[in-house]
Amino acid sequence: MDNRQKEINNLKDYKYGFSTDIENIQAPKGLNEDVIKFISNIKKEPAWMLEFRLKAFERFKVLKEPDWQKPKFPKIDYQDLYYYSAPKSMKDKPKSLDELDPKLLETYKKLGIPLQEQARLNGIAVDAVFDSVSVATTFKDELTKQGIIFCPISEAIQNHPELVKKYLGSVIPTSDHFFATLNSAVFTDGSFVYIPEGVRCPMELSTYFRINASNTGQFERTLIIADKGSYVSYLEGCTAPMRDENQLHAANVELVALDDAEIKYSTVQNWYPGDQDGKGGIYNFVTKRGLCKGKNSKISWTQVETGSAITWKYPSCILKGDNSVGEFYSIAITNNHQKADTGTKMIHLGKNTKSKIISKGISAGSSDMTYRGLVDISSKAKNSTNYTQCDSLLMGNKCGAHTVPYIKNKNSESNIAHEATTSKISEEQLHYCQQRGLNPEEAVGLIVNGFCREVLQQLPMEFAVEAQKLVGISLEGSVG
Amino acid sequence: MKEQLQKDFDNSIKNLSLSQKDIEIKKFCLDNFIDKGFPNRKEEDWKFSDLNQIIKNNIGELSFYNDQTSTNKVDTSVFVDGLEHNKIVFINGRIEKIDFEYEKKDQIEIIDQSETINEFKNSNSLSDLNNAFTNKCFKILVKKGYQLVKPLIIYHTTNSKIWSKNINLRLNFELDKDSSLRLIDLFNDTSEKNFLNIFYNFELKENAVLKNYKVDKFENKNIKYSFNNIHQDKNSISETFILSSGSNFSKNEINCNLNGVYASAFVNGVFSLNNDKHHEIRSIINHLTENTKSYQLIKSVLDESSKAVYQGKIFVNSDAQKTDGYQLSKAILLNKESEFNAKPELEIYADDVKCSHGSASGSLNEDSIFYLMSRGLSYKQSRELLINGFLLDVVEKITDSEIKNLIKNMIGIKE
Repeated sequence: MDNRQKEINNLKDYKYGFSTDIENIQAPKGLNEDVIKFISNIKKEPAWMLEFRLKAFERFKVLKEPDWQKPKFPKIDYQDLYYYSAPKSMKDKPKSLDELDPKLLETYKKLGIPLQEQARLNGIAVDAVFDSVSVATTFKDELTKQGIIFCPISEAIQNHPELVKKYLGSVIPTSDHFFATLNSAVFTDGSFVYIPEGVRCPMELSTYFRINASNTGQFERTLIIADKGSYVSYLEGCTAPMRDENQLHAANVELVALDDAEIKYSTVQNWYPGDQDGKGGIYNFVTKRGLCKGKNSKISWTQVETGSAITWKYPSCILKGDNSVGEFYSIAITNNHQKADTGTKMIHLGKNTKSKIISKGISAGSSDMTYRGLVDISSKAKNSTNYTQCDSLLMGNKCGAHTVPYIKNKNSESNIAHEATTSKISEEQLHYCQQRGLNPEEAVGLIVNGFCREVLQQLPMEFAVEAQKLVGISLEGSVG
Repeated sequence: MKEQLQKDFDNSIKNLSLSQKDIEIKKFCLDNFIDKGFPNRKEEDWKFSDLNQIIKNNIGELSFYNDQTSTNKVDTSVFVDGLEHNKIVFINGRIEKIDFEYEKKDQIEIIDQSETINEFKNSNSLSDLNNAFTNKCFKILVKKGYQLVKPLIIYHTTNSKIWSKNINLRLNFELDKDSSLRLIDLFNDTSEKNFLNIFYNFELKENAVLKNYKVDKFENKNIKYSFNNIHQDKNSISETFILSSGSNFSKNEINCNLNGVYASAFVNGVFSLNNDKHHEIRSIINHLTENTKSYQLIKSVLDESSKAVYQGKIFVNSDAQKTDGYQLSKAILLNKESEFNAKPELEIYADDVKCSHGSASGSLNEDSIFYLMSRGLSYKQSRELLINGFLLDVVEKITDSEIKNLIKNMIGIKE
């Protein structure tokens, strides 16, 4: 057996499917004001934060779960979920990494994120979120020297209330849609990043999310603020144990880029996708929105979506500042019974704004994939341009690939171009590769990686390698 | 509106000789419509054009009863010159004339189908309204192997006798094996503030060819909705061309089911709008079996504060391998007030297919204008030349040369 085959066999089963036996503190099951107060209380939050949550909850009560999406799912009983779950050892927060529960550290080692050593070698600062609580942040000192704040959002609420108060909810208000509002009411932790004026963040910042406890919804909230002229690249990775029941993940991510700032946000999403018959898996209903608030600002989303039973998200850019730029690069792969409804929204408000959307969808097995996107050029967004390309690849006739773009142009000085194609891997290409000694699976892997190249190129080095492997693995068993 | 509907419904039922059962069905449709009302923006298909709002703002209160007992005089001056053709004339929603003078009488059958109710899939509350209020409906059957010698022109004329009225029309066509029909819908309105609700149903048997050209050219203040439902068997071809220009608001919907192998559908459209007109084309092409083909090309030129919408959907069933589907929409916005919205959609469940769509919108290319001006044309001339060429592209897709020339003359496009 050659190395590749070995590796594939190792990875064929969802390798992050273990769960860790750690004692948890949980809020009582169900969703009500008391639970929200419990969360707020245990986090020792100031009064304004509780008010923020309760306001969102008031609104949540009148909202209805949306049902326009393509992948349908059984009704979620929001009263049957735990909204807070934290490893017990976190109650008295450890002062340094050495005090962390060794079991937790072991878990992260299994996940390939040894917090202590390797992170240092890789030069990536990591903030790890386990179930609902941020457990460890590395490289804090080095970042602090530059004035960069990178910490769990619960800490930021305590230590930097002026920043959190100003920006939290400024992109995703408490009056937003169903899942975003739910998150605003019950979010437990997440990362907070502030890059001061003129600073170029010296390393990639990264968060690793892990759902461990069963019946837990994970609601994290990420807030990234890039002040004038700054730059940051942020990575996000996710895994969860294998469980038969579906788990809900409804995170909110808010990005704010001020004048001349740039934020690059990359995600490799590999939540547990459920087994081959579509049992279990994560419902990944995430709201991600970036606001290019200042002039010449730029926000770029890159995502590789391979996991989750259902992925339902649209990372968006609001291009408010003049000359601002929004980009969206996406690879979404669905296999077996996975379903995805993903895409982006580019809302052009400022003059000379530019956006670019590259979306590659691959569906195999009995899966279903939808690209849904909006390009909206308002009447004030003079001289704006958008370019959209979405390509889909189908493998087998049990899967589906759909494209639903909404294109609105209200400005005669702006240009929109949209292209979409759907096809399968051509016999000629496969034949060519096989003729040169590749087996069919390798050939498909090579062609698919080529198909996705435009997006993979956008990922930071460390992620690109992982993503490339993931692309191959996700399609295992879909050919021949 | 509810009382008005009930009252007008009772009035129109009175004049018809219908069986109790038919009345029941019509009543059922009426109740459905009362329940749902005019489509509004909350419905996905009407997202870009809120008909409920448009009717409210432009017409206000509608009435639904049309006195169809007296005949209207057919004004022959509206007939097309220089092209021999068969005629069906609708005046204010009443069929005044059916004339197939150029055809063999025994090859075309006209069947009164007023009692039957049309069930349209993918439809909306307007089909209920249509079912409840249409009082005459004919089916035109073209018999096996017969190809009409001359085109059929359907004149839709309204005059100033009607005001704030809803007019419902329905026609069914069946094209038997190896037959063919060229059909032109010509709208000629001198009325204002009426809502026309037109349903056509086409049944295309093996090898049948249908060419349907809809021409809405003359300026008018009416609101139009037209729905074409087309079923296609093996080897059949349908070609639809829409010139969308004259009315205040217009929405053309085409639902095409490609049921037989090697069936193909072509949809081409031109929007040429000014003032604050608001027009939409929505097409749904369902590829239901192997080796079917569809091609769509929609071009818009939008001036002043006009608005055009194109919603096109290509659906490919899991059995429909070797489907070829293509869709392109392009728009030129001439004024900063004008707006173009598109939703080109693909829904695909088969892997061995070739489907693509493209959509582009923007201003006239300044470089092209510069090029033409540097060769001595004025700004206005250059602009006209470019727009002319842009639209000619679609008109050239018309496969019938006789009708192509007619339409070119009508819209004043030069070669």
